[in-house]
Formats: sequence, structure tokens, C-alpha cells
Amino acid sequence: MTVEQTPGFKFRDAHAEEDNVDLSPSLGDEVKYTTCYMCACRCGIRVYLKDGKVRYIQGNNNHPINKGVLCGKGSSGIMQHYSPARLSKPLKRVGERGSGEFEEIEWEEALEIATSRLKKIRAEDPSKLAFFTGRDQSQATTGWWASMFGTPNYAAHGGFCSVNMAAAGLYTIGGAFWEFGEPDWGLTKYFMMFGMAEDHDSNPIKIGLGKLKKRGAKFISVNPIRTGYSAIADEWVGIRPGTDGLFIMALMHELLKAGKVDQQYLVRYTNAPWLVIQDQGADDHGMFARDENGDPLVWSTKDEALKPSTDITTTPALKGEYKLADGRTAVPSFQIMAERYLDEKYAPAAVAETCGLKADDIKRIAAELAHVAFEEEIVLDIKWVDWAGRKQDRMIGRPVSFHAMRGISAHSNGFHTCRAIHLLQMLLGSVEVPGGFRIKAPFPKPIPPTNKPTGKVDHIKPGTHLPGMALGFPTEPADLLLKEDGSAVRIDKAYTWEHPLASHGLMHMVIHNAWKGDPYKIDTLLLFMANMSWNSSMNTSKVIEMLTDKDENGEYKIPNIIYSDAYYSEMVAYADLILPDTTYLERFDCISLLDRPISSPHSAADAIRYPIVEPDRDVRGFQGVLLDIGARLGLPGLVNDDGSPKYPGGYPDYIANHERQPGVGLLAGWRLEDEDGDHMDCRGPANPDQLEKYLENQSFWHHEFLPEHTYYKMANRGYLEWAHELGCVVTKTQIVFHMYSEILQSFKLAGEGHGAHQPPEKDRERIKTYFDPLPIWYQPLEETMTDLDEYPLHALTQRPMHMYHSWGSQNAWLRQITNMNYLYINRETAAKQGIVDEDWVWVISPYNRIKVQVKLMDGVNPNTVWTWNAIGKRSGAWNLDKDAPESKKGFLLNHVISELLPPRGDGYRYSNSDPITGQAAWFDLRVKIEKASPDEAGETFPQFKATKKPPHMPKKPKILRYGAEFKTHKKGGKK
Amino acid sequence: MHPAFSVIFFTTTSGAGYGLLALLGIFGAAGIIPSERWFGLTGLAVALGFIGVGLLSSTFHLGHPERAWRALTQWRSSWLAREGVLAVLTFIPAGLLAIGWVFFETTSGFWGVMGIIAAILAWLTVVATSMIYRSLVTIFQWANFWTLPGYLMLSIMTGALMLGAIVMIFDHGNRVIQGTVILSIAVAWVLKYVYWQYIATHKSLATPSSAIAVDGAKITPLDPPHNSANYLMKEMGYVVARKHAEKLRAISHITLFALPLVLSVGVYFTSGPVAIIAAVVAMLSSWLGVAVERWLFFAEAKHTVTLYYGAQSV
Amino acid sequence: MTSLPHATNKKLGLVIDLDTCVGCHACATNCKQWNTGGHMAPLTDKNPYAKDPDGVWFNRVHSFEVKRGKTNPGLTVNFPRSCLHCENAACVTVCPTGASYKRVEDGIVLVNTNKCIGCKLCSWACPYGAREYDEDEGVMKKCTLCIDRIYNETLDPEDRKPACVLTCPAGARHFGDLADPDSDVSKLVANRAGRPLMPELGYKPTNSYLPPRARRVDGNDIGAENKLEAVSPRRGFLSWVDNMLSR
Ligand SMILES: Nc1nc2c(c(=O)[nH]1)N[C@H]1C(S)=C(S)[C@@H](COP(=O)(O)OP(=O)(O)OC[C@H]3O[C@@H](n4cnc5c(=O)[nH]c(N)nc54)[C@H](O)[C@@H]3O)O[C@H]1N2
Ligand SMILES: Nc1nc2c(c(=O)[nH]1)N[C@H]1C(S)=C(S)[C@@H](COP(=O)(O)OP(=O)(O)OC[C@H]3O[C@@H](n4cnc5c(=O)[nH]c(N)nc54)[C@H](O)[C@@H]3O)O[C@H]1N2
Ligand code: SF4
Ligand code: SF4
Ligand code: SF4
Ligand code: SF4
Ligand code: SF4
Ligand SMILES: [Mo]
Repeated sequence: MTVEQTPGFKFRDAHAEEDNVDLSPSLGDEVKYTTCYMCACRCGIRVYLKDGKVRYIQGNNNHPINKGVLCGKGSSGIMQHYSPARLSKPLKRVGERGSGEFEEIEWEEALEIATSRLKKIRAEDPSKLAFFTGRDQSQATTGWWASMFGTPNYAAHGGFCSVNMAAAGLYTIGGAFWEFGEPDWGLTKYFMMFGMAEDHDSNPIKIGLGKLKKRGAKFISVNPIRTGYSAIADEWVGIRPGTDGLFIMALMHELLKAGKVDQQYLVRYTNAPWLVIQDQGADDHGMFARDENGDPLVWSTKDEALKPSTDITTTPALKGEYKLADGRTAVPSFQIMAERYLDEKYAPAAVAETCGLKADDIKRIAAELAHVAFEEEIVLDIKWVDWAGRKQDRMIGRPVSFHAMRGISAHSNGFHTCRAIHLLQMLLGSVEVPGGFRIKAPFPKPIPPTNKPTGKVDHIKPGTHLPGMALGFPTEPADLLLKEDGSAVRIDKAYTWEHPLASHGLMHMVIHNAWKGDPYKIDTLLLFMANMSWNSSMNTSKVIEMLTDKDENGEYKIPNIIYSDAYYSEMVAYADLILPDTTYLERFDCISLLDRPISSPHSAADAIRYPIVEPDRDVRGFQGVLLDIGARLGLPGLVNDDGSPKYPGGYPDYIANHERQPGVGLLAGWRLEDEDGDHMDCRGPANPDQLEKYLENQSFWHHEFLPEHTYYKMANRGYLEWAHELGCVVTKTQIVFHMYSEILQSFKLAGEGHGAHQPPEKDRERIKTYFDPLPIWYQPLEETMTDLDEYPLHALTQRPMHMYHSWGSQNAWLRQITNMNYLYINRETAAKQGIVDEDWVWVISPYNRIKVQVKLMDGVNPNTVWTWNAIGKRSGAWNLDKDAPESKKGFLLNHVISELLPPRGDGYRYSNSDPITGQAAWFDLRVKIEKASPDEAGETFPQFKATKKPPHMPKKPKILRYGAEFKTHKKGGKK
Repeated sequence: MHPAFSVIFFTTTSGAGYGLLALLGIFGAAGIIPSERWFGLTGLAVALGFIGVGLLSSTFHLGHPERAWRALTQWRSSWLAREGVLAVLTFIPAGLLAIGWVFFETTSGFWGVMGIIAAILAWLTVVATSMIYRSLVTIFQWANFWTLPGYLMLSIMTGALMLGAIVMIFDHGNRVIQGTVILSIAVAWVLKYVYWQYIATHKSLATPSSAIAVDGAKITPLDPPHNSANYLMKEMGYVVARKHAEKLRAISHITLFALPLVLSVGVYFTSGPVAIIAAVVAMLSSWLGVAVERWLFFAEAKHTVTLYYGAQSV
Repeated sequence: MTSLPHATNKKLGLVIDLDTCVGCHACATNCKQWNTGGHMAPLTDKNPYAKDPDGVWFNRVHSFEVKRGKTNPGLTVNFPRSCLHCENAACVTVCPTGASYKRVEDGIVLVNTNKCIGCKLCSWACPYGAREYDEDEGVMKKCTLCIDRIYNETLDPEDRKPACVLTCPAGARHFGDLADPDSDVSKLVANRAGRPLMPELGYKPTNSYLPPRARRVDGNDIGAENKLEAVSPRRGFLSWVDNMLSR
């Protein structure tokens, strides 16, 4: 039976007349423009205010990042801003750590407590302060503050997040995946995405995928799980976790075997033709042969001679063996690379089983890549001039592109895997070309960026600032930060032989190391915006123990914890002093080019946040508080000669007036003309009215490059000149991509016993094995130390698109979408264990066990189980009811992950991290599943005692009628 | 569908009330039952009482009971409105019938005509009620031929059992009434049996595939839009276990049909206190039975919206 | 009375592209945000910070797995669900009060919450679960197709679109007049074989869904071979390398 239209009666629209809908209600009195901070994507927003309340938040159509769209989180900003979990006043701990017992104190007292303690530390040993920030978007400020304080113990979340992507990219192409680059969405014809559920470029990626779909470009998602982006891919490659490196090398194998390689590109833009010294056992074996100026050499076939690589008249060879002046031989690095990947061990048939793929599919994808790159090349009629001044009359594009994120990075082999993807891109000639992968300004930078880590022993002195920023990019063993006895300078052991290129630090090791006093004890842990007692730690239950553990004198092993959060997160209960922050609509912020930029490949951009509404609580923006404490401490750069604060206007004053180098401040827009009256784009004296200008321009600044400067940026004169002016690059000469990494080789040589700086015996094998000038694949470290028959399954997490880590759960709208999480298992895998939908199971790793509820699905690699990240909450936190599903049915996988690897033969336990960068290896986890008994069903394990709530948390309604007050009625309409 | 108490209570009590009213009207007009005052008063009071209580209870589940009058306005398109209008209209001839019966002790002539009109309107009201369900193509178990006769016949049957008990109590028992009771049970039983057969063997054309406009051999939910149950799932997502339903059907067969039928046949062949008790027990049994039947009518109804929440068919 | 117009001047509605929807819930939360202060304000939430949170939403995003036989790869489909503004909207005809109605000028189906008695029958009559009962107010609410945006003269013309359409990051949602064969949305439906939901029920939904495109897992699909030919090994290692590459 079907419905039928009611016949017969003449229609009169009386009901509509009676309803009298107000078709043009006003959205309120004010519209303000600022920047979203429901996540790190930093979209532009337009906020409509009505009677002082937020009526509606819309995407800013003019904003370069989001072009008017908002994601699920950004659209729920109202509920974030009015969250009942907001902290309202500084808090001093009165009960035991973890109890949640606090007393409210005044700001003056809070600042005094913090200052007096920090003063003492700085006077004795600044490294006793460890300052780590989580989802920080003001690293340019917090990092600078740390170095002014004089502690090397500073980092943000990059170490546990995606430093593998950043480092592999910056050491290879001077830019990176993550949010440092993007596929050429407008032109690419073939796009491969590796291990991404969401990424920081939340909206740009969705906008981009929408564009691909519209144009019919082929989109492949390589991911063990078929959800979200993978759901709309033309082809889903359900790879086994941790094996992408092999898959990529097999693609290279196929391309090399068929000669489908962009040789011209390799010769022009990469170090493929550079000659590598072949002298086994020598100090410089595997290093580039150089001339007296230090220029690498190539063999010019035309001249039949060695020539400097910078000589643009040569015809460099990609293969062959050549005699150097000293009689030794050298070969182009390309040949070494080709020899390696042409080996049959990288043939599709050889890797297919390990990767869980079909050899034919690998072969086909290689053929498709070659087809699109070389048969469907695109040519843009844009004239441009290269670094050497040569005029080019068009731009050739190989329209294949790649993007990758934590599915690659969060493995202990992620650095090499990521480099492998970059190599594949180079073979196809598709970096920074039309249709390829493009790097966002101010990248590409020199490879690697020129700042080295600071914090050598003589850099750290009482009462003294560091000579540079703590984090940087080592290029040789001498750059490591080691004490005389070889022990680590930094609390997280970054830049030691354990993880030499740890350019984002290892935030995941801080609590463990501080608790253990290894390498030393600290006094104060200052944390900002990081939920370290919960979802951002590995081994959460143990971390909670470490935070509350006391020494023989009854003192906490980590003596003092100061924390700034805006909300009542799980971490709050573990701090001794809480500095409550504002929400994103209440404060100034600065999204700087010196930080992780919001630029695009064709433009540079930065932005601000400013208070749209006044806080209704006694809270202060953290950056302002930090500057205030800094001034009280008398830190250089924060006080005038007379000791008075240099930025009495607080953070906005600092944003506008602070200069990092002459003419370079936090914001690039609307700087003043210099003395000569020259106005440069992003450089110039500070402008006291700068923030006004930003406000006039909807809170962002945007500099669009000319079309001729937007591609080939690593070798494009016009672009390089701009970048040079801004200080992003040191010279205007070409940035040559490191297909072959001499830097890695220099560490390997040290491992092999060469040079003045050599690893201790305990690390020697590790350095020799993992530092390789060309990408290698090895089984993830944890897997090599785990009984794989006993623990047959990989366990992963994915970010839900509508939740940001732990923050989302306080949001009345978002938590309706997801307030508990399941463990997803492949239907067939589950069937083998007699597990059915919604069963309760134990998930057991070698370290710990959790109890969870399962959901079966088809679209997941059969060896893999997974769950949504950070949905599980501690009872009592976030001002949720004690029995909220987040705590009773939600869970964290983190409890079964370990921050340490199992002990190796000699008992030593390394961090569970990538051996090169220190990237936390979240996704190396192996588990087994056991069915729970019927009486164990119903609640997840572990459960924690509910924390008490601090005084005066905002009230939470039983029924929420937000918006009722905005309802309008048309005049004459019935109310 | 969620078997809401108020709706079960409303449809069964008002159904029985209308059934009784209609029989009183017709049998009164036909002179098959006496026009004696106290008997008439009791019979009509019970009938109108059941109808009134039923109608009243139906407003309990409204969000705005005070606006209930509005539900009478859209009779041209809405069966719910038609039901309301008919329910109200029925009170007019029913009231007149009561006046004749109680004050003038007559059920013939004009008053008899009122009885017949009351009966017709009562049946039409029940038809309108059934059409509310029958017209919902979203629920295949309702939108079929058998819903209307089932509703009507159960109304007549439960009304007849009530009449049967009342006439026995007033010692006015007669073969026509007892025959009507037996016949109505038999017919209603057959109709309900056929209905159950029908819904067991037929299902809606709507499938998970047509619900999401994607072709596929099997479509299973991965993540729901929201983790906690919402109005839709609470209202339409009710699922009754097959075993449970079978048990309830058995109870229904026995209490609604088998037992009343046996007892009614007994009443037919006996008299005196035994017959009175049998008639009353038959009536009471049918009340339990019809409540179970109506519960099942809702609980076994599968709304198309459940296709979005995991149902493989409706 | 609550009869339906025989024909509406326009058929405004949404076209939702299931081939592009990544399931981000932006349309759902933005809809919530707009409408909780809009024509049917508020979109009440029960137990917002407790167990069993449950609120009024005009748009809800599901995800499904689709099995398509042995040879055809399975699919994951994200599926947003909201009112389809049906031509044969039984939700309107069943309404006993006249609170539910369909507008003649554009076909939008609305509820007059001042008239609604909260009998819920319309929600039973809607096959798609598009009706949302506000228990707190005791009335039925639903997607308004953002009627207070699309004609809103206080907004810039480019913003006069439903909130869900404006915000969709993937561009999977389209809004327009489906009665006009030349409109962009009608063309999309024609080109991509847009489909109504549960057509067998006869509601004639105005909204249309564009089904997922065929998966391309053969080289031929994009004009490529299925494997590369190796350069003959007889010609020597890296024989294909060019010797006259210019810097
Ligand atoms: N909505 C939302 N957006 C966010 C965040 C958030 O919490 N919510 N967090 C932000 C942060 S801090 C980060 S770091 C980014 C991270 O953004 P993503 O990199 O997208 O991070 P994950 O969600 O961890 O997704 C990792 C993906 O890799 C896949 N994967 C795991 N192992 C492997 C593997 O071995 N090979 C392959 N090919 N795939 C694998 C997983 O299935 C998953 O899909 O997102 C940022 N954006
Ligand atoms: N199992 C597993 N664990 C993971 C990951 C994974 O993939 N799997 N991913 C890891 C990664 S990549 C990351 S980056 C981390 C993220 O982990 P965290 O950085 O810890 O992220 P959040 O949970 O969002 O915690 C940030 C804290 O900042 C607070 N906050 C929010 N807004 C403000 C504000 O305006 N001001 C201040 N002062 N505080 C604010 C929040 O309340 C919260 O307590 O998680 C890691 N943990
Ligand atoms: S992606 Fe979403 S949450 Fe993140 S900044 Fe943009 S709108 Fe805000
Ligand atoms: S906003 Fe767009 S992509 Fe996101 S769920 Fe809605 S329709 Fe899908
Ligand atoms: S989708 Fe449902 S509520 Fe919307 S018009 Fe159609 S039947 Fe009515
Ligand atoms: S709930 Fe309201 S809108 Fe729906 S049918 Fe009843 S009166 Fe009409
Ligand atoms: S059209 Fe408006 S009311 Fe309807 S789903 Fe979209 S945003 Fe919500
Ligand atoms: Mo991260």
C-alpha cells in the first residue's frame, strides 16, 4: 500500500497563513570575526551575538582555510563556550593529588605561588623546570618564554603526535605532510592517502576531497579501516598496520623496473645525481663527494668530468661508477637507491603477504601511478624563473599526489616509511608541481631548517636564558644534547643517541622520567593544555600512579605541578596549582607564521583571536599569565631596563610589539615601513595598531603569491626571494631535496665507530641499524619483542571527526553523537572466537588489560581491532554525571599501551618510540581478545574513583533550552 | 512500535464501549432486549463510561491535552480527526437513546432510530480508529486489509461479551444475544488468526537498501547518529522477542477467544448463577485477552524507520 | 485543513551526495546550532550532561556497511537523514489539528508549534523518522529547510541557504528547486541518477540522494594498464637511464 494524495478538496493555504513564519528574523546586534579553536585547524569564524549571547557561529567565507565551511566541532562552539566544565577561578590543591579537592584562591596569590617557586628554580638550575604544552597554538610564545627562562626542557605535543611526519619531511623535502603541505586539490588526478582519519587540516582536506570527487579524480585510501575518508575512496587498500613502508617500496620497485621515473625532475630538484663516496670502512663512506667549496659533485656526461652540483650547464649522470680526485670511487645516489629497491625482496609478490595485500593490486597501482604521472601530465602556461635565473615558459605537472598522517607516523618505523613516500613522490616528479603534493609557506625551508637545538651543557646556567630555542634540527652527531657523562640534557632524553632527531621532544616520556628521576629529578612540571593524566599518556593507569607516587619523605616524586586548563579535565585533579584559562571566544591569541602556519601552498597567512565576549568568571588567558609571571621573574625580553614589565598591555601588547628579530614579529601583516620608507610584505617595524588592522580584516592576514611563484617553490626565484626577505630561507639558491640523506649517514657512521661523537655501546647497534641514508623497512620495534602468536591483533585508534580528543565530551551536542566507544573487530575474526555483536571482551596486551564492548564490521583488516580515540572519560571529570556513559561504557585504549618497550637482553628498556625521532609508537600495539564472562558485562574496566569537583563549577541544567530566548515572531503572528 | 499503555487502554476500552453501545442500540431498536430502565441505564452507563474513560485516556499521551479540541478540525484529511468528530457525534444519538430508555423506558420509534444511528456512528468511530492505523503505510503490520475488520470485530465481540454478561446479570438472557456473542467470537478469532498469518508471511516492500538508496545484498549499521536512544528509537524501535510474542499470542488465543467461546457456549446451554458467572468470566477473560492482543498489535508493528537502526526488514 | 496542495509552485529541497559524504556530522551540528535559535527554537536537550542524553535534532548522520556480493568490494556509506519535504507528505494529512502543513509556494513542510497538540501521529506517518518530538514543550518539530535563512533579507544573498548546506565541508549537500529541470540540483539528480528514499511507499520525497559511484579497482577504469612492463633485463641494469639530462 502506498500513500495517496487526499483528493477532492480545493486547497487553501490557511495553515501557512496562521503560522505566519518570520522569514527574516534578525540574527542579532553584532557580528564579529575571529578564529575557531575547537581544534587546531584554525578556521575563520563569524560570530553572531544577540543580547550578548552567542546566537550562531558560521564559517567565514573569506577565510583562506575554511572558505565558509565549519566542521561538526566548530558548529558546536556555543556548547563549548557555555560548557559547565569551565573552570572559574585559580585553584590550590588541598586534598591528595587526584582527589579533586581544591580551594579557590585569588590570582595574585596564584601568581605569587608560581613566581616564588620558579624564581628559586631559575636561580639554582633552570632545567628543574619542565614546561610542556599540549594542543598549544602559541608555541612561538611558549617556546620563547622557556628559552628566556633558561630551561631546555620545553616541547609541545609534537613528540607524541606526528614528529615522524614533520622530521621525515623536513629532512627530505623541506616541508612535510601533517599541516605543512597538501595535495594540489584543484589539479591532481590521482590521490593516495595513507593512514589518515582526520588530520589537523580538518576542513581543507574535506573541501579538497569534495573537489576531487567533483572532478572524478581517483582517490585511494590506504588504511586498515574503512570509515570516514576511506569510505568515499574509489579504492580502499586495507593494509596491515605498520607495513606501509614495504608497500611503498614495492611501488618503487615496479616503477624502477619499468623505468617509469621522472629523471629530469630527479636531476634538477633532488640529490639523486650527487656522487656518494664508496669506501667501506672510511670515515666518509656513504657521504657525498664534495669539491673544495663543499659543493657536492656530480658526473657530467657531456663534459665527462666531475662538476659541482650547482653548475647548471652539466648533464649529470644518474648511474655509473666514477673516480674521484683522490682515486676513490663514487656513484650517483640514484644508483644506490635503484639498486636497493630493485632487489627482489621489494617485489610485489615478496611483500604482499606481509602487507596483507594482493601482489596484483600493488602492480596495478604502480601502473596507474605511472600512467597518470607520465601519460596524463598537465602543462600550465605559466612562465616562471628558476633559482638560477633561467626562464621557463611553462609548468609541467605530474598530477599524482600523496598525503599521509598518523597511520604512518605513530609507528616506530614511521620516519623511514614517511621518507619512502617522499622518495616515491620524487621518482614520480610530483612534489611542488601542478597536480602534485605542494608545500605550504613559509615552507619549504632549508633541509633541515637551520636552527639547531639549544641546551648544550654550557648553555644552561643559573639565572640565564638559553642562546636559542630549545627545539631544533640536528644535522650531525655533534649536535646532540648530552652531558659530559653521556647522559641526557633534557628530561625527555630528546637529542640523545636513543632518539637523535627528536625535533619535537618526547612529551610522552616526561612524567615517567621525572617520576623516576632519570636522567635527573625536576622540581616543577608546568603543563598547558595537555590532558596528561588521561588520553595523551600511554599507560594511563601507571601514569596516574606516578603522578601520585611519594618518596620516602612522603613528598610527591614530582614535587610541583602547575597546570593551565580551561575546563575540568582529568589532569586538573593532579596539579597543585591551577591557572584557569579563558575559552576561545574570550581571549587574544596569535596564529603565527613562526608557529605551525595556517598558510596554503599559494599564500601565506596568519590570524588572531580576540575576545568576542567577556569572561563571566575569574579566568585569564594563559599566554598573558605566562608573560606576567615572566615579568615578575624579570626574564630578559619581558622587562625593561628598569625592571618594569615590557608589555604592560599583556598578550595583545606582546603580539603587536614583540620582535623576534628586527622586523620579524609574531604577525606578518600590516607591519610598518622601515627607515628607508620601504614597505615589505611581512617584515618591518612593529605596528602598535596592528591588531586593529587585523580586526578590520576579519582577524586574519593573507598574502597570495603570484601564480608564477606558487609551484616549484624550492627552486623558484620569485618565491625564494620572498621567503628570503621573510627570513624563512638563508640563501636564495635552490633547496635540493634529500632523496639520499647524508645526515642519516653521518649518524650511521658514528654508530660504525667513526668520528669524535660516537654512541655508547648500549645504543651502537640501534644507531647502525636504523640510521640509513635511504628508507628502510623494519618490523615495528614492539612487534619484534612480543610473542605474536600470543598477541595476534593490531590495536589502533582513530579520531572521530566530530570530537577533539578529550574536549568534546563536555559539549552537550557532541556528546550526544558519541558518548561511549566500542572495540571494532572484523566480523570473520570475531566469528573464529565465537564473539558476537555487543559482546563484552577483555583486550589484553603484554602490559595491561581492559574490558570493553565490541562491535563487528567488515571494513577492517582482519588482523586489526580499533576504537574511537579519547571517548572514555574518568568518572567525575568534565562536570559530567558520575554515571555518564563516557565513564561506564567508554574506554581508553591507552591503558594497554606502554611508554616503554619490553626489556631487551640486557634488561634495558627503551622508550616505545621511533628510534630516530622519538615519535611515540601508539599504533605498534599488539593485543589479544578474550570473551568476558556474562557477569562481567555491562561496564568497562578499569573504573576509577570519581574525582571531586572544584568549588563553583558552573551549574549544569537537567534540560537545556539553549536558543529559546532567540525565537522571534513575525509582527501580527500569534505568539 | 512502543506499546504505550494509554493507547492500548484507549483503543480496547473505547472499542468495547462502542461495541456495547452499538449492540444496545440495535437490539434495543429491534426489541431483542427489554427497554427496562435500570437495565438500559446500566448498559448505556457502562458503554458510555468505557467510551468516555477511553477517550479521556487518549488525551493523556498528548503533549498539549488542553488543545485537544483542535484535533477535531481536520476531519477532511485526518482519520484521527475523523475519529474525534465521530466520537463526539456518537454522543448525540447515544444521549437521546439514553433519554428514551431511561426516562421513557422506550427503545422504539424515534428512540429506536437514535439507537440505530448511535450504532452506526459507534461502528464508524471504530472504523475511524482502525483507519488511523490502517492508513499508516510506514507500518506494514497495520497498513493491510485485516486491520479494519479486526478492530471492528474485536469491538463488537468485546462489546457483545459485555452485553452478554449484563443481560445475564439482569436475567434478560436470550438466544439471539448469546448467539451473537458466540458468533462474534468465532468471526473475530478467524479474523485475528488470518491477520497473524498474514503478517507472518508478508512484509513491507521497504528494505534497508531502499531506505538509504544504495543497492546491496546486506546493509548493516556501523555507527548510529547518536549513542543514546532518541525519541524515534523509543517510540518506534520497540522489538518484541519472537518467543515472547508467541507466548503472548497463545495467551491471547486462550483468554481472548478460546475461553470466552467455551464459556459462552456454556452460557448458551445453561442458566442461573452458573451462567452468570460463566458470562462474567468470559467478559473478564476477553478484557485481559484484548489487552494482550492490542499490546501485540503495537509491539509486533515494525516501523520503516527501524530500517535505519538495524532492522533488515519491516 | 491539512490536505496537501495539489502542486506547489516550487519544490525546494536538498540533494545529498552519498559518494562524497565523509560522515563528519557538521551538517547535523550546524543544523542544531541554527535551529535551536531559529523558527522552531529551542531544539531542547534532555540530560545534556548526564546519562542518556537525548535531544531534538533535525538532521542525523548514520553510517552503514554495505555488502555487495563476492566480487564487488563492500562499501561504507555515511548517510545524513532529515526531512525530505515529500510531495505526498502523509505526516501532513494525518495531522488532526492543522499544525502540520505544506507550503504552496515552495513545498516546505512545517509544523505550527502553537497549534500542535503533540499527538505524535505525524511521526508515525513519516517513514524516514524526520519528525522530532520535543518532550519538554510537548510539540512536534522538524527540519524547516531553514525557512528562516533561505528568504532572510538580513543575510547576504550567498548565505541564504540551509545551514547544513552552507557548512558541509565536503560539499556533499546541495539546495535548490527540484521542480525546475534546469536548476543545478535537478541536473545533479539527472546526471548522477539521484534516488528518492523508499519510493515504494509513495511519499514522493523532494530530497534526492546521489548513490555512491562505482568503485574503480581496475587499471582500465582510468585508462591505465594493470601492470608495468619491466625494461628487458638483457639491456642491462638501469639501461633506461638517460645520459643527457640537463641540470
Ligand atoms: N576531529 C578531530 N580532528 C583532529 C583531532 C581530533 O582529536 N579530532 N586531533 C588532531 C591531532 S592532535 C592529530 S595528531 C591529527 C591526527 O590525524 P590522523 O592522522 O588522521 O589521526 P588518527 O585519527 O590517529 O588516524 C590515524 C589513521 O591511520 C590509520 N592507521 C593506523 N595504522 C596504520 C598503518 O600502519 N598504515 C596505514 N596506512 N594506516 C594506519 C588508522 O586507521 C587511522 O585511520 O588530527 C588532528 N585533528
Ligand atoms: N590511544 C591514543 N592516544 C593518543 C593518540 C592516539 O591516536 N591514540 N593521539 C595522541 C596525540 S597525536 C595527541 S596530539 C594527544 C592529544 O592529547 P592532549 O593534548 O592531551 O589533548 P586533549 O585531550 O585535547 O587535552 C588538551 C587539554 O586542553 C584543555 N583545553 C582545551 N581548550 C583549552 C583552552 O582554551 N585553554 C587551556 N588552557 N586548556 C584548554 C582541555 O580541557 C584538555 O584538558 O593525544 C595522544 N593520545
Ligand atoms: S576544523 Fe572545525 S573545529 Fe577545527 S578550527 Fe575548523 S571549524 Fe573549528
Ligand atoms: S556535513 Fe557533509 S560530509 Fe559531513 S556528514 Fe553532513 S553531508 Fe556528510
Ligand atoms: S520526510 Fe517525513 S516529515 Fe518530511 S515531509 Fe516526508 S513524511 Fe513528512
Ligand atoms: S503531533 Fe502535532 S503536528 Fe504531529 S500530527 Fe499531532 S498535532 Fe499534528
Ligand atoms: S535544511 Fe535546515 S533544518 Fe533542514 S536539515 Fe538542513 S539545516 Fe537542518
Ligand atoms: Mo596530535
